[in-house]
Amino acid sequence: MNNTNRIARAFAKPHPALVCFVTAGDGDTAANLDALVEGGADVIELGMPFTDPMADGPAIQAANIRALKAGTTTADVLTIANEFRERHPDVPLVLMGYANPMVRRGPEWFAQEAAGAGVDGVICVDIPPEEDSALGPALREQGIAPIRLATPTTDDFRLPTVIEGSEGFLYYVSVAGITGKQSAAQDSIDAAVKRLKAATDLPVAVGFGVRTPEQAGAIAKVADGVVVGSALVDLVAEHGADAPAHLRDLTARLAKAVHSAERAAA
Amino acid sequence: MTDAVPNSYRTQPDERGHFGDFGGRYVAETLMPNILALEQAYDEARKDPAFTDQFEDLLEHYVGRPSPLYFAERLTEALGGAQVWFKRDELNHTGAHKINNCIGQILLAIRMGKTRIIAETGAGQHGVATATVCARFGLPCVVYMGAEDVRRQSPNVFRMKLLGAEIVPVTSGRGTLKDAMNEALRDWVANVDDTFYIIGTAAGPHPYPAMVRDFQSVIGTEARAQMHKRVGRLPDLLVACIGGGSNALGLFHPFLDDADVKMLGVEAAGLGLDGDQHAASLTGGAPGILHGNKTFLLQDEDGQITEGHSISAGLDYPGIGPEHAWLKDIGRVEYTAVTDDEALEAFQLLCRTEGIIPALEPSHAIAAVAKRAKEMDKDAIILANLCGRGDKDIFTVAEKLGVEI
Repeated sequence: MNNTNRIARAFAKPHPALVCFVTAGDGDTAANLDALVEGGADVIELGMPFTDPMADGPAIQAANIRALKAGTTTADVLTIANEFRERHPDVPLVLMGYANPMVRRGPEWFAQEAAGAGVDGVICVDIPPEEDSALGPALREQGIAPIRLATPTTDDFRLPTVIEGSEGFLYYVSVAGITGKQSAAQDSIDAAVKRLKAATDLPVAVGFGVRTPEQAGAIAKVADGVVVGSALVDLVAEHGADAPAHLRDLTARLAKAVHSAERAAA
Repeated sequence: MTDAVPNSYRTQPDERGHFGDFGGRYVAETLMPNILALEQAYDEARKDPAFTDQFEDLLEHYVGRPSPLYFAERLTEALGGAQVWFKRDELNHTGAHKINNCIGQILLAIRMGKTRIIAETGAGQHGVATATVCARFGLPCVVYMGAEDVRRQSPNVFRMKLLGAEIVPVTSGRGTLKDAMNEALRDWVANVDDTFYIIGTAAGPHPYPAMVRDFQSVIGTEARAQMHKRVGRLPDLLVACIGGGSNALGLFHPFLDDADVKMLGVEAAGLGLDGDQHAASLTGGAPGILHGNKTFLLQDEDGQITEGHSISAGLDYPGIGPEHAWLKDIGRVEYTAVTDDEALEAFQLLCRTEGIIPALEPSHAIAAVAKRAKEMDKDAIILANLCGRGDKDIFTVAEKLGVEI
């Protein structure tokens, strides 16, 4: 199946999409991912651990450290992805991480391995459009969607640069800050999503600082997708081997709120 | 940045901030608009005579420039080879070259209307220099410093506090310079509107590597003129230590197109290049992406950043400025590394032959000078950058020598 189709189909469902993030190698990742799917996640974001996660807050920093301490390698991340793909042939899987582990053996190597493991998209935090050549062409060559981030600081002048070359969906970072810390005011999210949707046909998913079903439901009224990360990662930290049951429970409540959101009139 | 000189080594970076394959702007989208605004503001400032006049005035009357060019007669005799000369940047206000760059960046911050300054520091020299200019211009200052470095460098921590800075100990990672830089970047991402990040070395996203180099180039520009005046010719070899590489670029850059001037950058080999207890990114690392730029990094086969070691906290960084990566690539500058023990020996040699207590960082350069001087003719000239004084290091040195003070 064509990779971008898997992402496109998730966003073509009759309801907004719930995008769930956990870090690869943090706890029993296969069981954690299965719990997210069982809970109702529409898209899975799998974090690639990195020693220096500059855009992440304490929760995901700690998850990165736990994963690396457990000896997680790039090969392990790819194996986790590959086995997920075998168990869940229809659920889109996106890798999220930082540039250095992705380009270490060359961008072509990474893109080829990721495609072989059934990865549909890649979010690289520290490769802005200006440096697209470091990874983007290799991903597109393999049919993997380079998913870009737009932020509150991405003004109208800059927005076309961000959208040009983006595929899959546009990830709106709702706060000017790091993951999991503060939350954005709903009004500002409404306005930003409206602005982004006027500029692109790509689905727009909103993340950073989204922790509760209430927040997720409110965002789903205006956005095509809602991303939850730190709140799930916190459960892995707290419950370790027992995390899957807790992940399933929170994901189910998030999914209910997101999937039942009444979409505002366009 | 192109100019008419053919085959010049001084026209980097290109308009995208690339030095050959290195450099660039590898930052999160939240920072991109800020980075672009900084680039534009710097471009305008450097062409504005009012800005350069103010910069030069402060360097002369506040920092104490020009720094002397000094012939180290007794060291030269002791080594028995080439003449050894020092550019005395350890005599600057605050005791190191770091202040040159901080003056330039804080003037730019004020020009951009920023009201809050952040910085990262390892040994504390850049933190002290930043706290100093913040006090001088009345701006609040937050310095991120690895918790381990806070412990190792307590005199500098107290200096920064006296100067009114807030010190934030960073406990993530191993609590050293790279973790402090991560935390400063996290602060900046969350406070883009009012905050200016004063990066202390010629690394990070464009325009920092070029901007820091330009502010530090006062070292080489002065030295070039002083050499002409004192001995009527240019030196045969320039030597400087390298952590991120700002003092070395400051010395080297004005000489890059002088074909007869050779250059040697000296990294920290720590306990030796054989193991992983060193901080030699160029001689012992591989290209990668960290902290906004593509450059040589200490890293494992998966691209995870490894933490180096050096007796000198100022050289203990797993990366290096991208212009050095390029200069190594094209072969214009030679790079080598010296161990903790060699640096410690050179430290003591300079104390006893010249009555100068150098910082442990330039002690690495002095160790390399000692090796090279012996291989060169007596009429040859070596010019090394004495980029910092050693008051801050006496506790570390005492511990290494087994002395209780």
